[in-house]
Amino acid sequence: MNTLYEAVIERLDQNNLWQFPGGVHPPGQKERSNTQPIQRMSIPEVLYVPVKQHTGVEGDIIVTVGESVLKGQPLTRSSLPFAVPVHAPTSGKITEITPQPSAHPSGVPEMAITLVPDGNDTCAMLKPLSQYQQLPKSTVIEAICDAGISGLGGAGFPTHIKVSPTKPIDFLIINGIECEPYISSDDRLMREHAWQIRQGIDVLNYLIEPKCIIVAVEDNKPQAIEALTIACQDSEHYRVVSVPTVYPAGGEKQLVQVLTGREIPRKGLPADVGCVMFNVGTCYAIADAIFSGKPLTERVVTITGSAIEEPQNVWAMLGTPVLHLLTHAGYLPHKQQEQHVIMGGPMMGFTVTRLTVPVVKITNCLLVPAKNELPAPEDERACIRCGFCADVCPATLLPQQLYWYSKSKEYDNAEEYNLFDCIECGACAYVCPSEIPLVHYYRKAKADIRNLRDEKDKSDKAKARFEARKARLLAEKEAREEKHRLAAQARKQAMEKSDSGAKDKIAAALARAKAKKSQSTENSESPQSTAQEKKAQVQAAVARAKAKKAQTAQNETTSADKKAQVQAAVVRAKAKKAQTAQNETTSADKKPDADTASNNKTSGTQVQDQPEMSDAERQKREKIAQAIARAKARKLNQQNSSGDS
Amino acid sequence: MKLSLRSSPHQHVRRDTGAVMRLVCYAALPGIAAQVVFFGWGVIVQLILAITTAILAEAAVLLLRKKSLERTLSDYSALLTALLLAISIPPLAPWWVIVIGSVFAIVVVKQLYGGLGYNMFNPAMAAYIMLLISFPVQMTQWLPPQSIAENSASIIDAASVVFTGFTLEGYSIAQLQVNADGVTMATPLDSVKTALLSGQTYSESLNSPMFNGAAGKGWLWVSIAYLVGGLALIKLRVISWHIPGSLLLAVAATSLMFYAVSPDNFASPYFHLVNGSAIIGAFFIATDPVSASTTPRGRMVFGALIGFWIVIIRLFGNYPDAVAFAVVIMNMAVPLIDYYTQPRTYGHSRRSR
Ligand code: SF4
Ligand code: SF4
Repeated sequence: MNTLYEAVIERLDQNNLWQFPGGVHPPGQKERSNTQPIQRMSIPEVLYVPVKQHTGVEGDIIVTVGESVLKGQPLTRSSLPFAVPVHAPTSGKITEITPQPSAHPSGVPEMAITLVPDGNDTCAMLKPLSQYQQLPKSTVIEAICDAGISGLGGAGFPTHIKVSPTKPIDFLIINGIECEPYISSDDRLMREHAWQIRQGIDVLNYLIEPKCIIVAVEDNKPQAIEALTIACQDSEHYRVVSVPTVYPAGGEKQLVQVLTGREIPRKGLPADVGCVMFNVGTCYAIADAIFSGKPLTERVVTITGSAIEEPQNVWAMLGTPVLHLLTHAGYLPHKQQEQHVIMGGPMMGFTVTRLTVPVVKITNCLLVPAKNELPAPEDERACIRCGFCADVCPATLLPQQLYWYSKSKEYDNAEEYNLFDCIECGACAYVCPSEIPLVHYYRKAKADIRNLRDEKDKSDKAKARFEARKARLLAEKEAREEKHRLAAQARKQAMEKSDSGAKDKIAAALARAKAKKSQSTENSESPQSTAQEKKAQVQAAVARAKAKKAQTAQNETTSADKKAQVQAAVVRAKAKKAQTAQNETTSADKKPDADTASNNKTSGTQVQDQPEMSDAERQKREKIAQAIARAKARKLNQQNSSGDS
Repeated sequence: MKLSLRSSPHQHVRRDTGAVMRLVCYAALPGIAAQVVFFGWGVIVQLILAITTAILAEAAVLLLRKKSLERTLSDYSALLTALLLAISIPPLAPWWVIVIGSVFAIVVVKQLYGGLGYNMFNPAMAAYIMLLISFPVQMTQWLPPQSIAENSASIIDAASVVFTGFTLEGYSIAQLQVNADGVTMATPLDSVKTALLSGQTYSESLNSPMFNGAAGKGWLWVSIAYLVGGLALIKLRVISWHIPGSLLLAVAATSLMFYAVSPDNFASPYFHLVNGSAIIGAFFIATDPVSASTTPRGRMVFGALIGFWIVIIRLFGNYPDAVAFAVVIMNMAVPLIDYYTQPRTYGHSRRSR
C-alpha cells in the first residue's frame, strides 16, 4: 500500500519521518576530509577516459588516434537511448584507444580513450540553454544527454532517461544523504555550491513537474542542510529535510521508505511509487550543462584515510588515474601493511586493481586506510546464528540463511530467501561477530545463479532446437517405415499370389483385366442398334479371345508373339483398307458423314476390293467389320502399350 | 606496485564471537555472586570443575579433528556452556556429575554435530537433561540456603562436599538437607509441589520454613541478580529482547491462567517467575544463538512456547524444574519456526510464505 500523498506531506511537515528496518552506525570519519574547501589539482600527465562510465550501453567513438581535442569536445556520440557520451576533460592529443584496467572490482579492461593533455585546457563548450523554460522539454533533455550526465551517486543511471518518467511523480527526491563513512564529496559540494544545486533542481522541476520536492540530507551535515535551506528558502515547493544518520539511509529504496513510507516494489522503479531520485552531484552537473554549457568532465572526489597525508576533496577530471590523486594528497605507503586503495566507501567500495584505474562519473571517494584502520578480516569463524545480521538488514532478509545456502551452493533455496533483493550494503557483514564476508558469498552466489540462468537459457534454446529436430527426424522415420511397411505388404501379397506359381495365372489375370477394360471402352463407344450390338459383342468376344491368345502367345513364345504381331498388322491393314475404301466412297458420293457407322443406308457404293458384295447388306457388314477392325486395332495398340509398361 | 584486493565491507564492528560469548559470561557474574551469597561456595567449585573439563574436552576433540585449537577455544563458547551447566546444577552435587555433564555437552551435543554453529540443541541444557535422567538423586539435592550458611562457610568446605560427599565436619548432603525441625528441604518449586500434592493449598504451602526470612528471599535475589545481567545484555545488544520478553510473558500468562481458575491448587505467576531458573533460562539459556530461532518473529514464538512449556512441565511433570526440557523441546522446533516466520522482504507485497 502506498502512503497517501497528504499523509506523507503531513509527516514531512512534522519532521516525523519513517524508518527503514535495520541499519548500522559505523563511525562517520567524515571530519577528516570535510573541513577544507574542494581543491583544484594540477592537470595529470595522462587521462584514461573510459567510453562507458554509466549503466547502459556505450556510445560510438567519434575521435581517432592522433587527433587533437579541446576540453569539452565529445569523444563518443550517443546513438542509442541508453548511451551517454563522454567528453574530453581537457585539451590534448589522443594517443591510444584501447582497453584499460577499469574502475570495477574485477578491473577487467574496458575500452578507454587515452588523452595526453597539452596543458592549455582550451575549451569548446556546448551552447547554454539558460532560458530553458521557454524551450520544449525534449530540447532540454537532449542537452542533458549531450552533456554526458548520468547519476553521480552510485548506480550511474543515464539522467536523460530518468527525467522523462512515464508515470506521474509525487516526489522529486534530491539525495544528499551520503551515508557511507569517510566520504564527504557531496557534503562539500552542498556547502559550497548549494545555489547551483538549487538551479539544477529547478531544471528537474521543470522537466518532471513533481507535486513536491524533497532535498534529503543526513543530520550529521548541518552546514550542508543550512546552505541548502538558504538556497531553497524562496520556494515553498522545496523542502530540505534532515534525515537521521544511519547506514544505509542513502540507498534509493531506503531513502524512499524513510521519506514517504512507500516501498519500491520488487523489480520496480521508484517511479512506480511516484518518486524519482537524483544525487546532489547530478543536480550540480545539470546546472553546469544548462546554464554554462559545460559537459560533465569532472567531479568531486574525497581522498581520505590514515595513509593519506592531507585528506581532502578535489575536483578530479574524469579519467584521472588514481595515482595522480593519491600523489596530490600525499600517499604514505609505509602506513599500510598491504598496499590497497578502496574506491568508494568502507562499506560498499571496492579495492582497485591498479593505480592507473581512472576516476569515472560515479567515483566519489578514494580511501587509503592505514594498517590498523580497516584491518583485513581474519579468517571467518562458524556462523553462530546470532541473528545480528538479520537485525541490521535494511531489506529484512535473513542473511544467515542466505549465507548458508550461498555457501553450500543451494541456490534454489537462496533465491527462495530472496537473495536478489539484497542490495549488498554490507551491514550484515559489518556486524557479523564471526567476521564472515557475507556480501562476498552473496555476490558469488548471484554471479553463479546468473551464469546458470544464462547457461540454462542457452541450453533451453539448444534443447528446443534439438527437440524440433528430433521430432522432424521421428516424423520422417515414421513416414519411411510406413512406406516400407506398405511395400512389404504388397510384396508379401505378390509373393502369395506367385506362390501358386504359374506365370500364366498372372498373364490370365492381366488379360482378364485388359479385356474388362476394353469391354468398358467398347460399351461406352458403340451405342448402336441391338443387332449390331450383339454382333459387335460377339466380335468383341472374339477379339477378346484373340487378344487373350495373342497376349498369352506373346508372353509365352516369340513365335506366338510374332504371329500375334502379324495378325495385328493384318487386322490393322484391313481396317486401314476398309477405312480408305469408305473414305473413297464418301468422297465420291460427296456425302459428308461418311465415317460414321450409322450412315449405312446410303446409295449403292462400290467397294472395289470386294466385288462380290455390292448390296446394302454387304455394305453394312463392311461397316461393322470396319468398326470391329478399328476397335481391334485400338485394343491391340492398347495391349501392346500396356504390356510394354 | 602490487595492490591487495579485498571484498567489501572493509569495516567491521570490533565485536567478534569471542567477545559476544565473553559478554554473556560477564553478565552472569552478578547472578553467580548472588548464588555464592545464598548457596555457598559450591557453585564456584562447580564452575571451576565445569570450565576445566569443558575446555580440556574441547581441546581433545579439536586435536582429533585436526582443527586450530587457539582459534576455536578463543570463541569462548565452551566456557559459556560450562558456566551455564555449572550454575544450573545443585551446588554441592558430586564432582563426577559436572564432569560427565561437561564432557557430554561439549563432545556429544556440540562437537559430534559438527562444532559451534551446527549443534541443534543447547549443549548445557541437553547435558542437564542427560544428568537429570541418569542421576536423579544427585541432581535434585538442593540445600536450603541457611543450612549452607551454617555448614559450609568456606570454599574448602564446599570442595570437600563436592569431592568426598561430606563436609569437613563429617556431615553428608542428606544430613544437611534436613533442617533443624527434621523436615527435608528442597527448592521452593519442589516444596510447593510436594505440599500441593499432599493436599495443602498454595497459600498454606508458602508458610513452610522454606520461605521464611532471608532463606526464602535467596531465590528471589538470585533471580534479580540474573535479571540485572540479562537486561545489561539487551542494553549492550548482545541479545535481543524478543526471546526473554516473550518467554517471561508466556510464563506469567500461562501460570496466571491456572492460578485464576484455582488459586488454591496452582502457584501464582510471581512465584513461577522468581523461583527456579525461569530468569536464567529467559536471558542466558534460551538466548543461546546457535540453537534458538533467528527471525524476529520466530524468536517471539520460540520464547513464548518455551515459557508455556516451562509452566506446563512444572505443573504436570515429575521433575523439579522445566527450563531444560522446555528449551530442548523448542530447539527441535526451530527449523520449523524459522521456516514459517521468514520476514517480509523489502518491496515484496507479502511474506514469501
Ligand atoms: S551475524 Fe554472522 S554469525 Fe551471526 S547469524 Fe549472521 S552470519 Fe551468523
Ligand atoms: S548486504 Fe544484503 S543481506 Fe546484508 S544487510 Fe545488506 S541487504 Fe541485507
